[in-house]
Amino acid sequence: MAIRFTVNGKAQSVDVNPNMPLLWVIRDTLNMTGTKFGCGMALCGACTVHINGAAIRSCITPISSVEGKHVTTIEGISPDHSHPIQRAWLEVDVPQCGYCQSGQIMSAVALLNKTPNPTDAQIEEAMAGNICRCGTYQQIKEAIHKAARMHGAAKTETSELDQIPQGALAGGAE
Amino acid sequence: MSAIKNGLDRRKFLKTGVVGATGLIVGFYLPGKRELLAAEAAPAVMNAFIHVSPEDVVTVLVSKSEMGQGVATSLPMLVAEELECDWRRIRFEFAPAARVYFDPAFGMQGTGGSTSIHSSWEPLRKAGATAREMLISAAAQKWGVDASECRAENGKVVHMGSKRSATYGSLAEAASAIQPPTDVKLKEYAEYKVIGKPMKRLDVPEKVNGRAKFGIDQRRPGMLHAVVLRCPVFGGKVASFDATKAKQVRGVKDVVQISDGIAVVADNTWDAMEGRRALEVNWDFGPSADASTDSIFANFGKSLDSEQGYAAKKTGDAASALNSAATKIEAEYRAPYESHACMEPMNCTADIREGEGADLWVATQFQTPSQAAAAKIAGVSPDKVNVHTTFLGGGFGRRGWSDFVNEACEVSKAMKAPVQVTWSREDDMQHDYYRPASLVRFSAGLDADGKPVAFSAHIACDSIMNWFYPGSIRNGFDDSSVEGIADIPYDIPNIAVNYNLVSGPIPQGFWRSVGASQNGFFRECFIDEVAAAAKKDPYEFRRDLLQNNARNLGVLNLVAEKAGWGKPVPAGRYRGIAVVEAFNTYVAEVAEISLDKDKNVKVHRVWAAVDLGQPVNPAIIEQQVRGGVVYGLSQGLKGEITIDKGRVVQGNFDTMEVLRMNEMPHVEVFITDSHLTPPTGMGEPAVPPITPAVYNAIFAATGKRVRKMPYRPEELA
Repeated sequence: MAIRFTVNGKAQSVDVNPNMPLLWVIRDTLNMTGTKFGCGMALCGACTVHINGAAIRSCITPISSVEGKHVTTIEGISPDHSHPIQRAWLEVDVPQCGYCQSGQIMSAVALLNKTPNPTDAQIEEAMAGNICRCGTYQQIKEAIHKAARMHGAAKTETSELDQIPQGALAGGAE
Repeated sequence: MSAIKNGLDRRKFLKTGVVGATGLIVGFYLPGKRELLAAEAAPAVMNAFIHVSPEDVVTVLVSKSEMGQGVATSLPMLVAEELECDWRRIRFEFAPAARVYFDPAFGMQGTGGSTSIHSSWEPLRKAGATAREMLISAAAQKWGVDASECRAENGKVVHMGSKRSATYGSLAEAASAIQPPTDVKLKEYAEYKVIGKPMKRLDVPEKVNGRAKFGIDQRRPGMLHAVVLRCPVFGGKVASFDATKAKQVRGVKDVVQISDGIAVVADNTWDAMEGRRALEVNWDFGPSADASTDSIFANFGKSLDSEQGYAAKKTGDAASALNSAATKIEAEYRAPYESHACMEPMNCTADIREGEGADLWVATQFQTPSQAAAAKIAGVSPDKVNVHTTFLGGGFGRRGWSDFVNEACEVSKAMKAPVQVTWSREDDMQHDYYRPASLVRFSAGLDADGKPVAFSAHIACDSIMNWFYPGSIRNGFDDSSVEGIADIPYDIPNIAVNYNLVSGPIPQGFWRSVGASQNGFFRECFIDEVAAAAKKDPYEFRRDLLQNNARNLGVLNLVAEKAGWGKPVPAGRYRGIAVVEAFNTYVAEVAEISLDKDKNVKVHRVWAAVDLGQPVNPAIIEQQVRGGVVYGLSQGLKGEITIDKGRVVQGNFDTMEVLRMNEMPHVEVFITDSHLTPPTGMGEPAVPPITPAVYNAIFAATGKRVRKMPYRPEELA
């Protein structure tokens, strides 16, 4: 029985075990590997995606419950780093190993959509479900504040992005 | 991998085994994708570390594994400094497994021990300078001028007299044919343009849009997914199993027994996990089914009661000095097992072509053993195994092992197909190589003036090296079991440090900062006790004992100055201090805490001062210090691994908690100006001082000592 939904605006239809979590459909059936597996129990946030705009943990969301819904993954935020959260992440140089960062970014995007100018406490509350073992928390907080300012300014900042190597900004090769 | 604007993947061309005596790669091989090659001009190979494309893109081959510590940026910086290339046209590739990339510190290709910058400091700058001179020679030949009239700048060679210039891309092919000079002169400190600057990380763009490929993200044509059911008890094995029900699960292709357990192979990871749930296995739990944390610590205690162990350090006569001391301080400390809990669970993708060759796509810290493991299973020589190192979703020492590589290779061999073995979080936490649990008994003696005259430590724990490479153990001694204590820097006339290697069934491994992760905690908390017994300020006490140890003293003084040690602190806040050297990097930290009425600790601020010689990228150094603080606080305040019935009790982040954002202190980092000393690493050394700094602050707040990690409020209630 095919299950239909959209991912990043594109219609998808999959015929899998209806209990399969959305995470594995995204990663193994659709081969979109930006969304990560971390714990399988909604404890670490690495698998965070949006369903109809709300941040959810895809590792415990059965695909059957996604029928007819709109899923946004890290690949759908913007491929060219134009989203303010991505721009702020670049300016602050947030990631270290980077494995948790898709989930961190999806949680941060959802936070800013709901709370455009969050306080430290609001950031901590919204982001406490996303674990980073490298310890990028301080940089994440700084970047969320920066993104909020960009959002508020509603215009493109130039600045430090000029220092980023051109090749890297063109996106992955594989 | 990092972006390649022109779609050219160098790893597909690089012949991994054929390396000339000069270190230049002299051959290529071209599996598949020839059409791509035809459409693109191949970059020129300047040497094993540097390729230059006709479009002026400089590719640095990074032979170290990028696990967050920044080597994909800091190693290209070393090259760029001497190559005089345009930083905006630089990119990186992970090097294949080959002898030319062996790290002299290990005698193989691998990443660990905070050695990457130190090991690469000379060779990569020389590689850059050599390639630069070859490019200059090529330009001079082209123009018919003397090379001494030309200089390199920003990706071009310029003839100073005529102002003619040529880009590196236009010169690279000719330059690569020139005999490399062997006598290049490296820049002086005052000439640095890249080293010491906070260059942006090269790997960040692909880490914010989901394109960075980790081990778990590999997708090969015809690839199958597998999970493995392993005996929950260490040392146990399969007695018998029934796969009938597992094979009936949707998507399951096969069930195969391998050395580590039973592998369930399916179309996707979830179906494999569902199949595993349906497996029926009878285990032979082996001899360790009764092991528990209590029984293991009881063994440590018995050992310390009855055996003197190996004398890891002996200065003067500590026993006599203790007997005659005016004041004697004694304490027993313990540290638990710790799991690495990398965010990316262990995994490996293998394509074993028995008798022919193999490919591995793997987030590994140690390429050479991974290659050897695959070669053995494929029945080929190691040079027939291509190791494609991916990004590592954390490493922390865990990915120095090849257990997950063996599993993927065995399953791929059985299935005659590429196979990705993925570990669940529970697999990862319950089948780790754990930071050793350890028990230590300290004694110290003060004379009538409160001056320390004796220090002794007696340590009992299992040995990492005995698990990793048993042949390295001599006389029951493993330096990693005592580092952080046996190298105590304090000027005390009589010191004795003894070690009892107590073997047990729990696998032991390297955990970020290794022995110093527990021994730094033990030593710096106990020294604080000695300072208190001497009625001295804990900073001043350490300072007075470090007068002959300039680098420890330097960071201690710097952190005290920056934190305003001794000045008033906000009401309800308390401070502690600690200093630990690990891997020749010196770190001192001050932690500021408060306690609520239930004795829960909140760490508000941390000041850290580091001396790692010449800093290469101060922004990455700061990241590593913050990261070390977070990793250290997780062991000091959050989770631990305990053993019951021969198995790990914890399975996921609910029972093995780690630090989260709402618990993150504000960390300020201060780097000493130490350019006269070659750089050492920063991946690990910020871990050891944080827990003792926090626990010493708890003492300042409560007058009570915490002598066991992790901190539990009820122990102070």
